[in-house]
Amino acid sequence: MAAEIKIRVNEQVHSVSAAPDTPLLYVLSNDLQLQGPRFGCGLAQCGSCSVLVDGAEMRSCVIPVSAVVGKSVTTLEGLPAWYAKQKKLAKAPALHPVQQAFIDEQAVQCGYCFNGMIIQAAELLSKTPRPTEAQIRSAMNGHLCRCGAYPRVIKAIKRAARITSGVLHAANDEAKAEVAR
Amino acid sequence: MSTAKATPSPFFPRREFLKAGGALVIGFSSAGLLGDALFAQDASKVARGAAAGPPDPKQIDTWLAIHADNTATVYIGYVELGQGSTTSLLQISAEELDLDMSQVSTLRLDTNLTPNQGGTYSSSSIARGSPAIRTAAAEARQALLQMASKKLEAPVENLTVSKGVVSAMGPGGSTLRSVTYGELVGDKLFNLAFTGTAPVKPVSEYKLVGKRPVRNDIPEKVSGKYVYLQHLRLPGMLHARIVRPRGQTAYGSGAKVATLDESSIAHIPSARVLRKGDFIGVVAEREWDAVRAARDLKITWDIPAVLPTSESVYDVMRAEKTRDRVVLQRGDVDAAVTAAAHVASGHYRAPYQAHAPFGPNGALADVTPDSALVICSTQDVYATRNTIAGIIGLPPQKVRVQYYEGSGTYGHSCYDDVAQAAAILSQLAGKPVRLQFMRWDEHGWDPYGPAHVGEVRAAANADGKIVAYQYDGWHHNWSAVETSAQLALGTPAAEWQDGAAQMVNPSDCGGMYDIPNVRLVNHHVPGMNYLRAAWLRSPLDLSFSFASEQTIDDLARQAGIDAYAFRKRNITSDRWMGVLDAVAQASKWTPRPPASKLSNAKVVTGRGIGLGTHLTSYGGAVVEIEVNKETGKVAVKRMYGAIDAGLAVNPAFIENQISGQLVQTASRMLLEEVKFNKTNVTSLDWNTYPILRFEECPEVTPIVVQRLDQKSTGAGEEVMAAAAGAIGNAFFDATGVHMREFPLTPDRVLAALRRG
Ligand code: FES
Ligand code: FES
Repeated sequence: MAAEIKIRVNEQVHSVSAAPDTPLLYVLSNDLQLQGPRFGCGLAQCGSCSVLVDGAEMRSCVIPVSAVVGKSVTTLEGLPAWYAKQKKLAKAPALHPVQQAFIDEQAVQCGYCFNGMIIQAAELLSKTPRPTEAQIRSAMNGHLCRCGAYPRVIKAIKRAARITSGVLHAANDEAKAEVAR
Repeated sequence: MSTAKATPSPFFPRREFLKAGGALVIGFSSAGLLGDALFAQDASKVARGAAAGPPDPKQIDTWLAIHADNTATVYIGYVELGQGSTTSLLQISAEELDLDMSQVSTLRLDTNLTPNQGGTYSSSSIARGSPAIRTAAAEARQALLQMASKKLEAPVENLTVSKGVVSAMGPGGSTLRSVTYGELVGDKLFNLAFTGTAPVKPVSEYKLVGKRPVRNDIPEKVSGKYVYLQHLRLPGMLHARIVRPRGQTAYGSGAKVATLDESSIAHIPSARVLRKGDFIGVVAEREWDAVRAARDLKITWDIPAVLPTSESVYDVMRAEKTRDRVVLQRGDVDAAVTAAAHVASGHYRAPYQAHAPFGPNGALADVTPDSALVICSTQDVYATRNTIAGIIGLPPQKVRVQYYEGSGTYGHSCYDDVAQAAAILSQLAGKPVRLQFMRWDEHGWDPYGPAHVGEVRAAANADGKIVAYQYDGWHHNWSAVETSAQLALGTPAAEWQDGAAQMVNPSDCGGMYDIPNVRLVNHHVPGMNYLRAAWLRSPLDLSFSFASEQTIDDLARQAGIDAYAFRKRNITSDRWMGVLDAVAQASKWTPRPPASKLSNAKVVTGRGIGLGTHLTSYGGAVVEIEVNKETGKVAVKRMYGAIDAGLAVNPAFIENQISGQLVQTASRMLLEEVKFNKTNVTSLDWNTYPILRFEECPEVTPIVVQRLDQKSTGAGEEVMAAAAGAIGNAFFDATGVHMREFPLTPDRVLAALRRG
């Protein structure tokens, strides 16, 4: 039977009326109207529905909504703010560096799988700022892409890693200094 | 921290319904909020969408509208399938109109708004779509110049256009006066017949076509703002799920409900069972309740055990009484084979494979007694409108079908089935419904790419010239009736008529080589006691090339010639030669005969080259693989793919397409196979139907052979066949053994190595 459940999503507390065993995904999509996590298999096999729960990637299609009470859920929509908090930036950027890298590499085909790709890559970089290619492949291995966008996803994550770990910032600063000189 | 009360479900995000001319129109409550870059709101003040289409293709207004703000809406009859083809068609329109990419947008397909250009098939959006769109844009520009000529009091020859601003040029190139397209005709109809006679720009003047503007749907797709079909909700709707046997049954016999206990879901709030014939669905106010109701409903089915199994299907097909058609006959194959120095032959098998879109299909429907709105991901809104009208008993003009992009579909997945099911459920419920297929519905009831048996033999003379080639292919045709119609109305199963994409394909089967004696025979297997089928990206081509290109390599080996050199010796077409050379160069191919570097190591490597296509265009591929002879595991390490698709409107998109084709081909050749027993399909999810993952993904190198002087042809699938052939050849190169059957799973590989 439906119960009033309070969950914290993207730094806001929402009160929803749902059966406690409702998978979190359905609450995010229908009650909170979020478009990042989306249905792909409902079986924890594909990664389409991924969210961060206390900073760790999880499959919202199989976690009951009641299991995230007292935890902090971040969806694709909340990722820039989550990143800003992590990096102690004064203001959230428009996009998480992983999202920007996916645009820069034109990595997307149909794009349906990219919610999970981005969430998982963001988690990876938060824990392993400069992953090797083997580490990227292994961290991403639970995320499927039917369009076969993997090669560009790997490239984009490498690019994002250079940015988040400061290499590109440093390079850009140098370039700017060069221009100034 | 703030506490927000959640909006009660069901809801309708960011959209509202507008009543326009009696028809329901989806409008945007705020274009900014929606942030739809590709599909802008039609800012036109001219009433559009009030009447059922298709709009008259002989009118310029059908193809485009100019707005007061000096932008244009182009009406395109093709759907965006994540290939960037919409952006490419906009590139073409902007080119002819002399607009900037930022000044053009389009609308989603809608039977009340967009022209009927037929379905989005055979990677033909650019090939078939661009002539009409290109000439309509050119003709509109001509009309705009005439209007400008009057307004600016200057002859047309003295006018120039840039970004939709027409300027009258004075002596010495000075600008005298200017007027914008928007000022000339903004938000008014042209009211002009489309004659198709306006001259189009010569290639030498292209500013946008052939360039690489970026896809403008990507920022929204990575930020979560892009609206996929799966995100849509209708006001007052119910959530719906279908209830069918897990895994499809034989196409011809379907499934009959044996027992149904509706009280088994009485404990689920608001859930109820809807039934029409043997079509069963459930609806509920909350989505989880619909999911649970479908799961918990007690139902049993009568299913005849008439299927072959996934293991026996090849022998069963081969033994059928078939309807045979000679697709191509030239010279005398038997005589040439008898006289030849080298003969190669083989019996090859290819499994059913699934489209398996990453997000299962869904649809929304609002069926009332005298009108219907259906929103789905069909590749052909007008064809879908006709079938749905028949199913719900309304005239087609009373049915409006709108397209929204779902996840990639790679051909005919369950999008029509789900649309029909949604319409049936809405009619039964008397309310709007949103139907989402579950993973097992999509995997289990997919119209698969059909299984195939190929028997090929070819012969070459002593100097490596191919003199004879024969291909016999066995498979059934595509299914013409969707499961929903079959179950609900008892519509008898029927197969598609023969067509080029369902027959032995001369372009894959030896057609790239100059061979004097050729015989191609298509053996049509009657499809009723098999699985349902439809076109799957590069239909049958992977099967053909896997068999055919291995046979060619076998001849090369017998003649002691390098596989690339052997092909060059037998090709005169410069277009086939172009893609062959492109992949050989990119992969730094070094000459040696196939299987001439065999080793006793546990893990051996091999490389293969292959050619192939679908119906148009030219594909070439080189593949490098590793075979673990102890475990039977095959790893594709590197793939090079080249396409010649004539004029490449946006080479960057085609490169992305080729990458996807290569990865998907590796997946299909190594892993993908639909399994079934005598009653049902048992491949129902990503565990029982595995696809390639990150750790198995090869490095890929896409190459576009640009042909500015040739008309654009398909680019969405044509490298796959070449890559399938190259994988077969790489395996042979590594092991000296031919794989006669794919996917190359460890079991099959070990069995083949044992046989030798
Ligand atoms: S939808 Fe959750 S993992 Fe596939
Ligand atoms: S881009 Fe289509 S599923 Fe990944």
